[in-house]
Amino acid sequence: MAKHHIETTVNGDEIEFLCETEETLLDVLRDTLHLTGSKEGCASGDCGACSVMLDGRLVCSCLVLGCEVGGRRVETIEGMAKGEKLHPLQQRFLEHAALQCGICTPGFLVASKALLERTPDPTEHEIRYWLAGNLCRCTGYDKIVSAVMDAAVTMRKG
Amino acid sequence: MAETMANGQSQTYVGTRTIRPDGVDKVTGRARFGADFNLPGQLIGRVLRSPHPHARILSIDTAKAEALPGVKAVITRDDFADQSSEFIPAGEMMMNYKDVVRNVMAREKALYEGHAVAAVAATSVAIARRALKLIDVKYEVLPHVIDVVEAMRPDAPLLHDDLFTAGVEPKPEQPSNIAKRVEIVLGDVEAGFQKADVIVEREFKTAPVHQGYIEPHAALASVSEDGATELWCSTQGHFIVRAHCARLLGLDIGRIRVTASEIGGGFGGKTVVYLEPLAIALSRKAKRPVKMVMSREEVFKASGPTSGATVRVKMGATKEGKFVAGFAELKYQAGAFQGSPVQPGVMCAYAPYDIENVKVIGYDVVSNRPKVAAYRAPGAPISEFAVESVVDEIAKKLDIDPIDLRMQNAAREGTKAAYGPKLGPIGMEETLNAIKKTEHWNAPLRKWQGRGVASGFWFNIGGETSASLTVNEDGTVSLMAGTPDIGGLRASLAMVAADELGVPYDKVRPIIGDTGSLGFNFLTGGSRSAFSGSMAIVEAAKQIKTELCARACKLWDLKPDQVEFAGGQVKALGAAAEKVKPMSIADFAKVAGKTGGPIGGYGRINAQGAGPSLGTHLVDLEVDPETGRVTILKYTVAQDAGRAIHPSYVEGQFQGGAVQGIGWALNEEYIYGADGKLQNAGFLDYRMPVASDVPMIDAILVEVANPKHPYGVRGVGETPIVPPLGAIANAMEAATGIRFTELPMSPPKVLKALKERGLNKV
Amino acid sequence: MRYEAPESLEGAVALLAGATGEARVLAGGTDLLVQMRADIVDPELIVDIKKIAETRAVTEEQGGWRIGAAVTGAELKEHARLKQAWPGVVEAANLIGSTQVQGRATLGGNLCNGSPAADSVPALIAAGAVATLAGPQGKRDLPVEDVMLGPRKLALRKGEILVSFLLPPRPPRSSDAYLRFIPRTEMDIAVVGAGVSVTIDGAGTITAARVSLGAVAARVLLVPEAARAIVGSRLDAAAQQRLETAARAACQPIDDKRGTTEFRIDVAGVLTRRAALIALDRARAN
Ligand SMILES: Cc1cc2nc3c(=O)[nH]c(=O)nc-3n(C[C@H](O)[C@H](O)[C@H](O)COP(=O)(O)OP(=O)(O)OC[C@H]3O[C@@H](n4cnc5c(N)ncnc54)[C@H](O)[C@@H]3O)c2cc1C
Ligand code: FES
Ligand code: FES
Repeated sequence: MAKHHIETTVNGDEIEFLCETEETLLDVLRDTLHLTGSKEGCASGDCGACSVMLDGRLVCSCLVLGCEVGGRRVETIEGMAKGEKLHPLQQRFLEHAALQCGICTPGFLVASKALLERTPDPTEHEIRYWLAGNLCRCTGYDKIVSAVMDAAVTMRKG
Repeated sequence: MAETMANGQSQTYVGTRTIRPDGVDKVTGRARFGADFNLPGQLIGRVLRSPHPHARILSIDTAKAEALPGVKAVITRDDFADQSSEFIPAGEMMMNYKDVVRNVMAREKALYEGHAVAAVAATSVAIARRALKLIDVKYEVLPHVIDVVEAMRPDAPLLHDDLFTAGVEPKPEQPSNIAKRVEIVLGDVEAGFQKADVIVEREFKTAPVHQGYIEPHAALASVSEDGATELWCSTQGHFIVRAHCARLLGLDIGRIRVTASEIGGGFGGKTVVYLEPLAIALSRKAKRPVKMVMSREEVFKASGPTSGATVRVKMGATKEGKFVAGFAELKYQAGAFQGSPVQPGVMCAYAPYDIENVKVIGYDVVSNRPKVAAYRAPGAPISEFAVESVVDEIAKKLDIDPIDLRMQNAAREGTKAAYGPKLGPIGMEETLNAIKKTEHWNAPLRKWQGRGVASGFWFNIGGETSASLTVNEDGTVSLMAGTPDIGGLRASLAMVAADELGVPYDKVRPIIGDTGSLGFNFLTGGSRSAFSGSMAIVEAAKQIKTELCARACKLWDLKPDQVEFAGGQVKALGAAAEKVKPMSIADFAKVAGKTGGPIGGYGRINAQGAGPSLGTHLVDLEVDPETGRVTILKYTVAQDAGRAIHPSYVEGQFQGGAVQGIGWALNEEYIYGADGKLQNAGFLDYRMPVASDVPMIDAILVEVANPKHPYGVRGVGETPIVPPLGAIANAMEAATGIRFTELPMSPPKVLKALKERGLNKV
Repeated sequence: MRYEAPESLEGAVALLAGATGEARVLAGGTDLLVQMRADIVDPELIVDIKKIAETRAVTEEQGGWRIGAAVTGAELKEHARLKQAWPGVVEAANLIGSTQVQGRATLGGNLCNGSPAADSVPALIAAGAVATLAGPQGKRDLPVEDVMLGPRKLALRKGEILVSFLLPPRPPRSSDAYLRFIPRTEMDIAVVGAGVSVTIDGAGTITAARVSLGAVAARVLLVPEAARAIVGSRLDAAAQQRLETAARAACQPIDDKRGTTEFRIDVAGVLTRRAALIALDRARAN
């Protein structure tokens, strides 16, 4: 069977790629488009390291087929900073030392951004439950939660 | 802000919360981890793994796989020469190449489910997967054994017929699964127990657990026609990977260049080789680059989790609360090959305490599980969980506050530790005091809530370390270290370098060099990387300072005792100070060519005096009596860091370790079926804590300077996982009145215990 | 492996009915893709139903609610009126997986995956939901409790797909609740799940109830005995006790990595009682 020819938008850029049916969006991002910022920790939806936005919804890119994204809008960690300016979440993650090894960081950032876009003033409880699909084994989550709270403050101030 | 150190150094950065130099790459997705490297023309490597926990391999037929179009190489045991039996130290553990070669690729037998049996390299994932299905392996399935106590029985299925228990006299005549017996003795425990007014004896059991790093193992190898080998991989020690691969593949060390990728967590689990030698062997055969990445299932089944164990502890104390005797017997699973962390478990068991009479016996036992690797303070959480539980029980029996009881018996400077040395200054009392002073300690609790406290000890290590500092033409500084940076090492080393040289922190650019760029470095493990790395940097900086002073003498025509390096400048002293302007590093950089060439320093040390780190944890939890579910409500860690170079990353170690410990205590475990197969080889059912499972973890930095380190630093990374198991078990007892002795304290176990006592009602 | 994304029900049915090898419907893919990766299924044809309008809509119908089989958990959560009418169904759907999984997972997939531990299924059964199926022979309706026959076994015929669920109209003073037991707070498969729907009269007496239990048998159970145990009561201590006993009596669980038989039976009683109390509270507020 021939590969699928898919036209889509990734981080605002119009992109075309070829993929097999069984290739996931994560495979396509990493192996075909060389956007390796989305990480594979499990390939089964359990770790959130592959989190991306699909038409404005937070999803695990390992649980989406590449051929499903034709005509849709994909946003990844690579699109988060605008030019030289880091997103407030990126800035706060650095300041709060919210990363140790950093493998989980792209997923947490994408997921946190999705949260703050919906819930500009989340409680600690809301943050923890929203991020429950993102595993971090290094930090114990403490500094991640603090960084998200702090970024929310910055973003509310505009 | 700057304070002056004894060595006349001004300190601006050490102790502050700088932004890590590798940070921006990590928040933008630019940082390259193990699986993020690719080479043109690369093949995909996949491993065929044993479906049986124990089986003799009668034959392996790879002909059909090799004939499949797109398959470029297939390897089996035949591609690795056998190794002779020889033990060599590997950090906190010992290893034997005879076993390593068998672990990376099964030879006579497959010894655990997931044991590598063959590997292929092909032009696509799909072809590689198909090729694996075409490899025909004939097995003779053998009876298996998983549990440590069962494996020790004389009639247990035998994993190795040439394994005779070491450490017993006379040497046994029959082989067994007991690889080794170790023992430490201090004083006379029997006499000690005679003096005791209260004796508590208990048996404990812990389940095997995994480090749970989020990044799976990954390696990319490229071997050229002349045998020159390049390897990119996610590891805690690329120099160690190089040594192992050279040995296993019969290559010169100098022929292999290993680059450590950014590493997505290791916790001890990435201190050994799995894919690396396979990728090289496949690439050597295929003459093309080969990339291999483990799936999560493979990580669980075929990397190096830690032991499950059975531990018996017996402690005696006087009615005033003085510990007079401590005995323990530890039985640790090693996995398929010997080398469990039972030795450090033995050494740490009673290390937080000053006890005259101690005897600890340990058994290293093989069973049909993946060979264990280090996991954060390897061995210590298990034995100290048991001891801390018994300490708590003694406190209860004697009606003494558990912190006071620990304080009364705390190891301190001058204490003779049962494992050998007289201790230097250590922070046991300080961490206990710090916990006692928290609001947390006195906060009110409700019914079904309980508070627990426990302490923990870990030695830390130093070891061989190389690092360099190079002053660039514009006065900026390039720093190169040789131990992979898992959690902020580059930040810490850059801060030390900046302070040593008196240059701004952001003018120091740290990188992790490959094995061709520096001398040997032992791995990132034993909480050693910041401790030893900073010592090597201090040494490198010293060389630079000496060199610059010498150059200044030449330029200014002064004697060595007429100049000094201070505050980032070389100054003339005395009368000469009037005549010449002090020169900064940048000033020297400009004239480097004219004054003797490039400026740099190279620290090559074997760091000694790591200094143990003690911690005390405090936890509140709540039990749902009707379901056995446990919620962690509040958690505080106090630990001695010696000196925190970067407080945030030290706190991060405390917090991360505590949460790993929470997982170990409550839900994580390897669950085996009667068929000896792992039933929960995925994150969903392995159940590590998620963000909503835990509260904020308060971290208190206690700083009892390590006299052996120029800045007073101690390793901090491992101790934090030691106290949680005991602290949580003690809190469970406080909440329910039940002493839980088996980990994990998962809901079915908790509910059963409550039900047996008629307590399962709100 | 073929991938098709038809825009009509007929198109989807024709593709599935005409498939020669194994064919699979793709909704959110949160079960299917995991099973494909793990080599548990290897379909020859994948039919993505998300472009079919009927599967994607939430509409009011005959005083009740029709929910498309491919509506995601995240979309249900945002539907305030549905949540008001059937809080138990929506909370059950929202318990599935993480925020990320919610962005994809559907009620149809949850049921058709055929797991006895599926979270939304006990809530749907307690709600008295009816599944609408479409196949080569046309459409038919089946009560949700009759769709799943056993682990991975469904009443769907070849070529049939689940199009939508119909939740019946809500009498006044009615509500529902769903609770599950997992060892962690999130990201676990239910060890036990309990869905309860109740209606009370003006005096607070339960006039109708449905109780359903998940993960305690080979399929999700409708437990009429448990409902009978509380109808006519105001869920006083004695009725709670009867409810627990009836719920436990219905359980025929297995011992597995997620929980022991004994544990599941014990907890089934506890959760059923707790869910009933929540449903009752909600009904009083309606
Ligand atoms: C990390 C993670 C956590 C999870 N946690 C939970 C949990 O807490 N609780 C829980 O219940 N489940 C959980 N699941 C399982 C899964 O998310 C749910 O079962 C989900 O509802 C499946 O929906 P889906 O749309 O993704 O199904 P899909 O994967 O698309 O489909 C599942 C199956 O149903 C078939 N199917 C789908 N739709 C139809 C239809 N309309 N007609 C006929 N057949 C159809 C498919 O062919 C497939 O066999 C979890 C999964 C993951 C990955
Ligand atoms: S890789 Fe997608 S959730 Fe883990
Ligand atoms: S920082 Fe390592 S997993 Fe989160």
